[in-house]
Amino acid sequence: MTFSEGVEASPLLSVRGLTKLFGSFAACNAIDLDIGRGEIHALLGENGAGKSTLVKMLFGVLQPTAGTVSLEGKPVVIPSPGEARRLGVGMVFQHFSLFEALTVAENIALSLDPRTPLAKIAEETATVSRAYGLPLDPSAHVADLSVGERQRIEIVRALLQNPKLIILDEPTSVLTPQEAERLFETLMRLKSEGRSVLYISHRLEEVQRICDRATVLRHGKVTGDCDPRQETPASLARMMVGTDVAEVQRADAGAFGDVLVEVAGVSVAPRTPFAVSLKDISLKVRAGEVLAIAGIAGNGQSELFDALSGEYPIADDNGIQLRGKPVGRLRINGRRLLGAGFVPEERHGHAAVSALSLSDNLLLARSRSDKKAFLAGGPLSILRRDAILTASRRICSIMDVRKSGDDPAAGSLSGGNLQKFIVGRELDRQPAVLVVNQPTWGVDAGAASRIRQALVDLAKAGSAVIVISQDLDEIFEIATTISVISDGKLSDPYPSGELTLEQIGLLMGGIHENHSAVETAHAH
Amino acid sequence: MFEAILLTVITASTPLVIAALGELVTERSGVLNLGVEGMMIMGAVAAFATAQLTGSPYLGILGGIVGGGLFSLLFGFLTLTLVANQVATGLALTILGLGLSGQLGESFVGMPGVRLPAIVIPLLSNIPFFGRVLFSQDLIFYMSIALVFGISWFLFRSRAGLKMRAIGDNHGSAHALGINVVRTRYLAVLFGGACAGLAGAQLSLVYTPQWVENMSAGRGWIALALVVFASWRPLRLLAGGYLFGAVGIGQLHAQLLAQSGGIAIPSQLLSALPYIATIVVLIIISHNRRTTLINTPASLGKPFVPDR
Repeated sequence: MTFSEGVEASPLLSVRGLTKLFGSFAACNAIDLDIGRGEIHALLGENGAGKSTLVKMLFGVLQPTAGTVSLEGKPVVIPSPGEARRLGVGMVFQHFSLFEALTVAENIALSLDPRTPLAKIAEETATVSRAYGLPLDPSAHVADLSVGERQRIEIVRALLQNPKLIILDEPTSVLTPQEAERLFETLMRLKSEGRSVLYISHRLEEVQRICDRATVLRHGKVTGDCDPRQETPASLARMMVGTDVAEVQRADAGAFGDVLVEVAGVSVAPRTPFAVSLKDISLKVRAGEVLAIAGIAGNGQSELFDALSGEYPIADDNGIQLRGKPVGRLRINGRRLLGAGFVPEERHGHAAVSALSLSDNLLLARSRSDKKAFLAGGPLSILRRDAILTASRRICSIMDVRKSGDDPAAGSLSGGNLQKFIVGRELDRQPAVLVVNQPTWGVDAGAASRIRQALVDLAKAGSAVIVISQDLDEIFEIATTISVISDGKLSDPYPSGELTLEQIGLLMGGIHENHSAVETAHAH
Repeated sequence: MFEAILLTVITASTPLVIAALGELVTERSGVLNLGVEGMMIMGAVAAFATAQLTGSPYLGILGGIVGGGLFSLLFGFLTLTLVANQVATGLALTILGLGLSGQLGESFVGMPGVRLPAIVIPLLSNIPFFGRVLFSQDLIFYMSIALVFGISWFLFRSRAGLKMRAIGDNHGSAHALGINVVRTRYLAVLFGGACAGLAGAQLSLVYTPQWVENMSAGRGWIALALVVFASWRPLRLLAGGYLFGAVGIGQLHAQLLAQSGGIAIPSQLLSALPYIATIVVLIIISHNRRTTLINTPASLGKPFVPDR
């Protein structure tokens, strides 16, 4: 391997004292960063730590207030993304800027030299995409492609400009595990060609696996510069969060109360061609219990959530019972009135309306269940602004939601903070039953720990909690009982202490042969 | 008889095709201009007036194009520079155009018009049947066919057309790529206005060479429907334009037939056909998310403010 010599000789990119001020707020404060040739360099940090600001400066989207950037030993100024590309810096954004109605080749053509004929671009796209293991059909319409394929377009687009450094902003946050594997292979290939990669992430296991060095940011400052393989996830997390991430205190297993949620033999036919059918789902959750439903994405989790929440009521009224009452045909608000709360998976557009303020989002979810508190004038339903704002502020302070302004638009919050608000919005009602789908998806470590603790505390206070999650660490952290969903079928429940990772893995693959633990779980 | 009907169908379809092509380009850039009817009638009065005052029907064509184009710039200024609501502005443009053209054309009412002469193309016009139908037409007809293929090439083969489609699909991303959204949209709106003006010129120089108030008679609205019917594709638009034109002529013949034979086909039903057909196409398009995504300019009608 020659790359280690390259690293010693001179770094490809060298950043000294880079600072970006927004008013008096320093988003980046005197950042030093060196990226060697042929190095995969991780940029770690929580949401709002200044990672995005830093890379935007490196890609010419933002201009630094102070500091220098040197590329191959020469100081450079990067006034625009076009200039960054010319200097050999490519970037793959977290949110793609693709045109859905156009083809792959047309999308790529728009960012390349206008003199290159379209036919040639299509040809090069096919060649490059095949060479890097990122198969793409140049004539396919973007609208027809999966998220992973769309990311490939962005990567191929960057590669066609023959970059020395490629910046990837949280690339795996939108990918399935299989797609992520593929991406890692491509990154290794880039590395073997001597290209450097700046890899932004807050997934520690990923960083430890593929990255050669890591720079950790917190509050706009560098708090760590290390070889991630020499660190533990805990030590990396400490650098990111500043203190040790609070360990979640789990509820005691065994001391459960009455059954609050019961689902008995519910089957649901798929609503769309892409949906999964639910097959004979049965579950029971008692007061004080946290039931985690594990499974690989797309195995019926959203369909199960829809049935549990009443977003799509089921035909059999007795199929689902909340606190002993049949609710199968009730819709969300009806179930809320019975003391249930729901947090769907997608934050923007499902759990919250991005363009509306936090208080409006609070009202939207709870206008029926908290009618007395939030609405006045009987049938006139006049909004009680003060009461709504007070409740919104209370949720923000309890859940430590960091925001700009008193009542900002939901869309202006970072993912973690919005998720804290959305979970807090339900917890604020002290629901007897809470159903949460992917509670900490795309949320940084500090916020995730906060949300998990809140869920556990709710169960300790005597509520039944159902958590649908893909994150096994999360499941082992908070669950008292675990079931696995696979192809629309739900496994028997297992007390979390009695299940190993291997067993869950088998269940996720749809293998239900291990019955030894089942008997104990059925003891109730 | 058949040849005569075919000739009238061509004359009736040409203004629909031209006006709809202009609107197609405007909409492909993401701007919804509902003022086609207004721009068309302004083009008609401008063309008639120019032809009257100069005696030249060709200068009349130019007058129509300029009249429609200038009128569309008013729309462009309001919606692109001042970022006014496109639907409301477009409707206002139609109402203003109908009123203003009536006022401007008052002195021309009843005057004999200047008819645009046919251009007989040597050799091709000798082909039996097709020669007389297709190659002994006026200049505006030839322009309409050239426009269909020209626009088709522009949109799907040229860089500038690609950029325009990109803007229509996602003006935010297009702006981020350094494409000048507002300038491109101004040009698209201007082109749409010029086409509507040319279509108006066809009405007052070819279809019925005289000036009658409200002579556009709802053709601007049919052109708008035609753009959706064609799912924003020029060749489908040509086919749809002739279909709608034929329905319009068929309606006249059906009425005559009904009068002589006593069969009652409500003429209202026939004149509603283009709109019914458009609704059916809309249902088919929107039934499938994919066809909607690929065919409909996603930023259609949405205002664009560069700073965000």
